[in-house]
Amino acid sequence: MPYTKHRRLVGTAVAVTLGASALAACGSSSDDDGEARSGPVSLTYWTWTPGMDKVVDLWNKGPGKKEQITVTVKKQASGDTLVTKILTAHKAGKAPDLVQAEYQALPTLVSNDALADIGDAVGDAKSRFAEGVWQQTTLGTDAVYAVPQDIGPMMFYYREDLFKEYGLTVPATWDEFAETARKLKKAAPDKDLTTFSANDSGLFAGLAQQAGARWWTTSGDRWKVGIDDEATKKVAEFWGGLVAEGAVDNQPMYTPAWNKALNTGKQIAWVSAVWAPGTLTTAAPDTKGKWAMAPLPQWTGGESSTGSWGGSSTAVTTDSANKDAAAKFAAWLNTDGEALNALAKESGIYPASTSAQLSGAFTNPPEYFANQPDFYDKAADIAKTTAPSAWGPNVNVAYTTFKDAFGAAAKNKSDFTAALDAMQRDTVADLKKQGFGVAE
Amino acid sequence: MSTLAPTGAPPAAGTSRGPGRRRRIALVPTVTLLLGALYCLLPVAWVVIASTKSGSELFSTFTFWPGTGFAENLSDLGAYRDGVYWQWMGNSALYAGLGALLSTCVSAVSGYALATYRFRGREALFNVLLAGVLMPPVILAVPQYLLLAQADLTDSHLSVLLPQILSPYGVYLARIYAAAAVPADVVEAGRMDGAGEWRIFTRVALPMMLPGLVTVFLFQFVAIWNNFLLPYIMLSDDEKFPITLGLYTLLEQGASTPALYTLVITGAFLAVFPLVALFLVIQRFWSLDLLSGAVKS
Repeated sequence: MPYTKHRRLVGTAVAVTLGASALAACGSSSDDDGEARSGPVSLTYWTWTPGMDKVVDLWNKGPGKKEQITVTVKKQASGDTLVTKILTAHKAGKAPDLVQAEYQALPTLVSNDALADIGDAVGDAKSRFAEGVWQQTTLGTDAVYAVPQDIGPMMFYYREDLFKEYGLTVPATWDEFAETARKLKKAAPDKDLTTFSANDSGLFAGLAQQAGARWWTTSGDRWKVGIDDEATKKVAEFWGGLVAEGAVDNQPMYTPAWNKALNTGKQIAWVSAVWAPGTLTTAAPDTKGKWAMAPLPQWTGGESSTGSWGGSSTAVTTDSANKDAAAKFAAWLNTDGEALNALAKESGIYPASTSAQLSGAFTNPPEYFANQPDFYDKAADIAKTTAPSAWGPNVNVAYTTFKDAFGAAAKNKSDFTAALDAMQRDTVADLKKQGFGVAE
Repeated sequence: MSTLAPTGAPPAAGTSRGPGRRRRIALVPTVTLLLGALYCLLPVAWVVIASTKSGSELFSTFTFWPGTGFAENLSDLGAYRDGVYWQWMGNSALYAGLGALLSTCVSAVSGYALATYRFRGREALFNVLLAGVLMPPVILAVPQYLLLAQADLTDSHLSVLLPQILSPYGVYLARIYAAAAVPADVVEAGRMDGAGEWRIFTRVALPMMLPGLVTVFLFQFVAIWNNFLLPYIMLSDDEKFPITLGLYTLLEQGASTPALYTLVITGAFLAVFPLVALFLVIQRFWSLDLLSGAVKS
């Protein structure tokens, strides 16, 4: 439920939208959005999605032309640095009308009063998205701060041919996963089932999310940080154990060595997300058609739940002079059939909108997975089981500590729970430093 | 990119002294320097070789074995977003070329003034400048952004050019050089002959300061060419991006899209050429050493 700082900011956002004179007087925007708007509107949009300019062209030539709303794409580099850039621009009152933001960045942006509540303009889009996805854009309040664009439900990828060769079965639970790793090590000591990558905080966060962890919650008007909760501890101990006994590798992902390991079959499985085919195409070009996808192993047999790794949304900033027009575009971009088709084709994203997950570009499997015709049917089913996530205003700090602490722990094959404690400590300390109330 | 800088620099003037002495090859320093050179050149060699590899060869073939994809990489790079790469290259040339030129002019004028004229507060001014040298430009980027935002200049070419025109290090270097290369007697002689201050500066002092100014120009050019944070914060339109920023957007395409490694590597490789060319062309100005002999000491 809302916390003080948050509530105050929501109040401010509402005040801005209503055009409260005091704020309008010092802001650079003279006339506010809404019905009073007359004449053409032009909006700028910061996004990193490749090919987005082509999708936006569809809007500018179609619905946008009718409504006299022109959107200009300004392509950006993704990542935490973009959040900093948006906040810097916002400080000068010059943030663009629309920004692309990863789900975990939304609380940071909202707590800095950078994102506008567009609930009135996009509220009825809610039915197009899975509950767990939509909830990330409301931050548990009545406001809506963004429209979901793409999601990254997590899945288990494995080399079908090598699994057969070593007599392995696809693990349905994490216990079986560990058994599979050991069995492979026994059969082929130079091979690894997979690796624990301390470089990819998003992967660990997704695994914890699947286990039921809720890293940031609010109690009363305070933040509660649960990075060291039981669920996350379970995940950390599980992977720490596998690394310590040498059942899985401890090298980071997305390195040339990792690419090589996948390409040569030294690593024969990968815990990843729906966008893995794109990565595998460049990382392991020689193994095309030899991989298969399955749901993520579960903590309890018979359950079905997954985490998410990646995914982003489209948000409207408080600096925008035409918030309604911007919100209209954001809703079109992420719910309109034509737009979603183009996004899938031009940008290769996996849409958050449930209706789009089985249509258009997603009726055929990705080229790399031609051997698995029902790839996207399975993916859509898995996406439905995404566990709710709970992001807070300093995800970047938690992620940085993750890389340092878990990086060292994975390298030394030492205790992962100590690394987890460090992550919890740093995150709480930073929240306090930023002036948030923290419940212990 | 900056790794190339040392290779372009000419040997210091003093090393070839003492022709009569027998020269012994000192083993330890030689080996150390060779190792150092190897350390600097290996990454460059890697870039050169990696840029010839196609996407599927990049991580699967032996690191220092050339691939077959250079032409393809080049055309892919040229085709990316309708040739925006060449636009970045042009932008970088504009920012670095014009920026370094303007910065050199400002440095020359102020350095000369600080070295030649005696006025109240000169030392104080110079000390402030020295403090500016110690201040990393990175921490100024955000305040500069907020300042330029007030003037509505952000996201323009000017927003990147203006902050780089005043370079404390350039002024510092120009002052030191002017003090050493332009003797007070020469300036005095000019005054005796009835030349105005501006004329003395442009006709007498400037030619004497030229080698120093070339150094300032090169320093600034390389600094601006490699600058990342300032344009990153100032610019949002990717058609105004310099090359550093452009290549970064190729790398960071979002978690679900693989980085365009081959394009980034080829792009980085090509971006080295203007710097190398500049060093080769400008090098000769350094040997035009000092129009000394204007006065007898």
